[in-house]
Amino acid sequence: MPDLLEIKNLRIEATAYPPGEPPRDVVLVDDVSVSVAQGKVLGLIGESGAGKSTIGLSAMAYGRGGVRLTGGQVMLNGRDLLKQGASSLRGLRGREVTYVAQSAAAAFNPAKRLMEQVIETTLLHGLMTRDQAETRAVGLFRTLGLPNPETFGARYPHQVSGGQLQRAMTAMALCPKPDLVIFDEPTTALDVTTQIDVLAAIKDAIRDTGVAALYITHDLAVVAQVADDILVLRGGKKVEYGTTRQIITDPQQPYTQALVSVRSIDHEEKKEAPSVLSVAQVTARYRGTTFDVLKNVTVDLPAGQTLAVVGESGSGKSTLARVITGLLPASAGRITFAGRALSPALSSRTKNDLRELQMIYQMADTAMNPRQTVGTIIGRPLEFYFGLRGDAKRRRVQDLLDQIEMGKGYLDRYPAELSGGQKQRVCIARALAAKPKLIICDEVTSALDPLVADGILKLLLNLQAQEGVAYLFITHDLATVRAIADRIAVMYRGEVVRYGTKSDVLAPPFDNYTDLLLSSVPEMRLGWLEEVLAHRKMESAGN
Amino acid sequence: MRRIPISALIGMVLTGAFFACAIFADLIAPYNMAEIVGGVWDPMSDKHWLGTDAIGRDLLSRMIYGAQTTIWVATMATILSFSLGSVLGFLAATVGGWVDQALSRFVDLIMAIPSLILALVILSVMPVTLTVLIMVMGLLDATRVYRLSRAVAVDITVMDYVEAARLRGEGQSWIIFHEILPNALSPLVAELGLRFIFAVLFISTLSFLGLGVQPPLADWGGLVKENSAGLVYGIPAALIPAMAIALLAISVNLVADWILGRTTSLKGGRGA
Amino acid sequence: MGHPVVILVAQRIALGLLLLLAVSVLIFVGTQLLPGDVAQAILGQSATPESLANLREQLGLNEPALTRYFSWLGGILQGDLGVALTNGQDIATAMGQRLGNTMFLAFWAAIISVPLAILLGLIAARYAGRWPDKVISGVTLTTISLPEFVVGYIVLYFIAVRWQLLPSMSMVFPGMGVFERLHAVLLPVIVLVMVVLAHMMRMTRAAILNVMQSAYIETAELKGLTPFNVIWKHAFPNAIAPVVNVVMLNLAYLVVGVVVVEVVFVYPGMGQYLVDHVAKRDVPVVQACGLVFAAVYIGLNILADVISILANPRLRHPK
Repeated sequence: MPDLLEIKNLRIEATAYPPGEPPRDVVLVDDVSVSVAQGKVLGLIGESGAGKSTIGLSAMAYGRGGVRLTGGQVMLNGRDLLKQGASSLRGLRGREVTYVAQSAAAAFNPAKRLMEQVIETTLLHGLMTRDQAETRAVGLFRTLGLPNPETFGARYPHQVSGGQLQRAMTAMALCPKPDLVIFDEPTTALDVTTQIDVLAAIKDAIRDTGVAALYITHDLAVVAQVADDILVLRGGKKVEYGTTRQIITDPQQPYTQALVSVRSIDHEEKKEAPSVLSVAQVTARYRGTTFDVLKNVTVDLPAGQTLAVVGESGSGKSTLARVITGLLPASAGRITFAGRALSPALSSRTKNDLRELQMIYQMADTAMNPRQTVGTIIGRPLEFYFGLRGDAKRRRVQDLLDQIEMGKGYLDRYPAELSGGQKQRVCIARALAAKPKLIICDEVTSALDPLVADGILKLLLNLQAQEGVAYLFITHDLATVRAIADRIAVMYRGEVVRYGTKSDVLAPPFDNYTDLLLSSVPEMRLGWLEEVLAHRKMESAGN
Repeated sequence: MRRIPISALIGMVLTGAFFACAIFADLIAPYNMAEIVGGVWDPMSDKHWLGTDAIGRDLLSRMIYGAQTTIWVATMATILSFSLGSVLGFLAATVGGWVDQALSRFVDLIMAIPSLILALVILSVMPVTLTVLIMVMGLLDATRVYRLSRAVAVDITVMDYVEAARLRGEGQSWIIFHEILPNALSPLVAELGLRFIFAVLFISTLSFLGLGVQPPLADWGGLVKENSAGLVYGIPAALIPAMAIALLAISVNLVADWILGRTTSLKGGRGA
Repeated sequence: MGHPVVILVAQRIALGLLLLLAVSVLIFVGTQLLPGDVAQAILGQSATPESLANLREQLGLNEPALTRYFSWLGGILQGDLGVALTNGQDIATAMGQRLGNTMFLAFWAAIISVPLAILLGLIAARYAGRWPDKVISGVTLTTISLPEFVVGYIVLYFIAVRWQLLPSMSMVFPGMGVFERLHAVLLPVIVLVMVVLAHMMRMTRAAILNVMQSAYIETAELKGLTPFNVIWKHAFPNAIAPVVNVVMLNLAYLVVGVVVVEVVFVYPGMGQYLVDHVAKRDVPVVQACGLVFAAVYIGLNILADVISILANPRLRHPK
């Protein structure tokens, strides 16, 4: 008997429209073969642009935008989807195979109640009566751990949280009792502590309903928790295909090995040193609000070391950066920088204060003026702070480019011509050009693919060793923290709930929140999810 | 250099031709614009390519001088509205606070009345001279330029690279001229074309209503008015200046459309 | 209806009334305090000092501006728009008849253009990038570039003069039957429809395309819905607010179009009335007409905002 889904030699193309050039065809997926048996879960993993979502949607014979399925076979229940007509495809979309999108918040129609949308497919394909469908939906809401399952469906999408919407979308996909569900990065947009609950709910639902699934993600540790088999993709081509156990414990290809060993940077915690930055009892609120976004924050950063500020969205970690840079003056408290009191407001700081305190942003794309060349971007601080011009400036820019491991040819390039990792490197060089004592790094690796992020972290550590610059490293990712921090501050709802050296903070006994946060970070081993759920002290805020 | 689509090329050539007519009117026009050289509404002939007008003046010559007036007034009004609107718009976006509030609320107020109606109200008490017309049109249209440039600048000021410049300690003028302006230029240039069209249509409409350019000067809108009486007798002389207005507007539109399209494809390219 | 929606709508209406008050100040200031003296402007350079002084007295120009403004505003609130300078007629009476005529014209233009624009907009959006869209977009780009009076004369020349299908002048008088009246105004109605249609259709197309790009439309397609159901059940409920906005905006634009079209077809409406009295420098009439036009314009904008508020599920069903 053939498998439920068999993809053979799939080839997918699209037409690209580069501005000012004639359109040309590009191959997104080339010669990929894979199969999913009844009730099994296949993980598709790869970086952005690896073609994983495109392959996932091909199981519904659907191409986004101008994407075309141009070769091979997609066999579902013994029929080749690429040979089906439009109405036959409509008959099987939503009945035999359903889809869970990355952003449920956007994927639900804002104008309709949740129940209406969850049972729509079931009614459309005439699979159940309305009463039966609603009963089934309520049952699924319960299985997925949604609050008040009986009345949950009466709400509108904007009335429930992101984690709940993602579960409602799972219920919507499972309601018509499909044979196959495609999960397209269903937990990527969620906070780490919410992700784990949704992940567990999805896993339970898959087990209870016996449905087969394609699970698409960029996070190998996540997919290891739910998949039976894993297909590793890169640039639209297969890298490695095997059972989850084999991929995690015994990867064959260098690329897979790199993915598995990512986040394994070893970093020795540095010894005590005099502070370069002391934040003492700082409280802050945004203008026109009555709510303190930072409450009584006290942290200390020794010179030449890294303080990681960890927390989820809304924890106040980015606000702390704004207060230190002076963009949001603190309403109370003191900040001491390099032995002198730092004035709260940006406008009253000296040029030297500004020079010694630099910042790197999460989105390198928007952090560089798209109309300036790399040379201009890195050269401006040299000109502004040190008065360097002409040849001297150019030589120094070249030195900086060498330091960030980028060659000569980049001086006259524009940001749009660089890759994501290169852009972030240029931003690092711009910060370094000022010869700062402290660089604030705001989620600088969050938007990057794991291997690229790894490279950036290594570069930052090297530069710290060479230049003795301190980092205030803001992140939501504990793996990153482990890799580079000397000290850690854990933030929750505007307060520092735990602060100390890395070894102290990461060692038990934990407070409830730190325990939840630490335990929520997916680990690259089988059975981790079950273990964690068995001994957690606190529910995540997303519930 | 990127390829220019044929429609934009046609637009550029025609626009160029109209401007050339306006600039070299004295050299090109076969007759004096006020000289009576033929009968009333003579048909088209070798002597008078477009025929003669309601009192026997050469229509072609009047068209060419009309182009001069129409384009001059529209250009001056556009320059006025653009310099005023964009400077104030950028200022409001970068300074913010009460300056932004005051300017924006005032612009809201002006835009709560249709421009044509407000222009008529003002012209009812002002002497109708070219300077007054240019001032009224320029000031009224500056509100639209203000809104656009403020919106564009606000979009740019929230970018991290502007914040980075602020953190570096750069001054207000460096931020406006080096960070904001280069990125705001493309949408503003496309808007320049649209504002010019609007100015052409506006002055033509005013003149047609008899409240714009006053005799003995004539612009295209005025020429339509002068010759409109003939239409009822089947004499299409009024349609010629009418067509000229339409052709100029379409030509500029084609160019503006292309520039606008280029800007958006640039954005798309960056996002992808 | 939820509580917050009522508050929002009330706020929006209050804001609109405030805006109208500010507009009345602007119109008053614009006509009374400009560099040119009104009396001088009316009588021209050759006026004798005595006649100037007389006129100033008659216009009340010797009183302080604030007093004049409040007596003007007080009059308006009681339905007294003042007296025309040129013929001494009561403005409210003269305007009543003409306002009715203009409304009749605008009403029929709206009745025809709104459904037509939405239909064409839907077709263009459905076939975006293909030939029906390109044809519609090309034609509308051309019509957008034409001022109202150019469209008016082209239509007049061909339909009324060349082919003699309809009268070139739109004569209406009290006591006319509805059909007679409709026959008389058909030509200006056609012109107004053409003028408004292009803008409305382009904006409708953009609004629908915008909705069609949402992720929930993809969700609906992946559920196996037919293209018709995708548009009807999922796109349409979300497109109501933007499309209504487009319609209102263009009806407001109609207000301007009416002024010019009435002059072209010598139609006895508000626009003709305004233009005539601007030329005669009859300030009280101009002020009154300006205020009425602005009130209609602001009213339509308020209506658009209120409908957007009512159509927004986030506001209708708060957390």
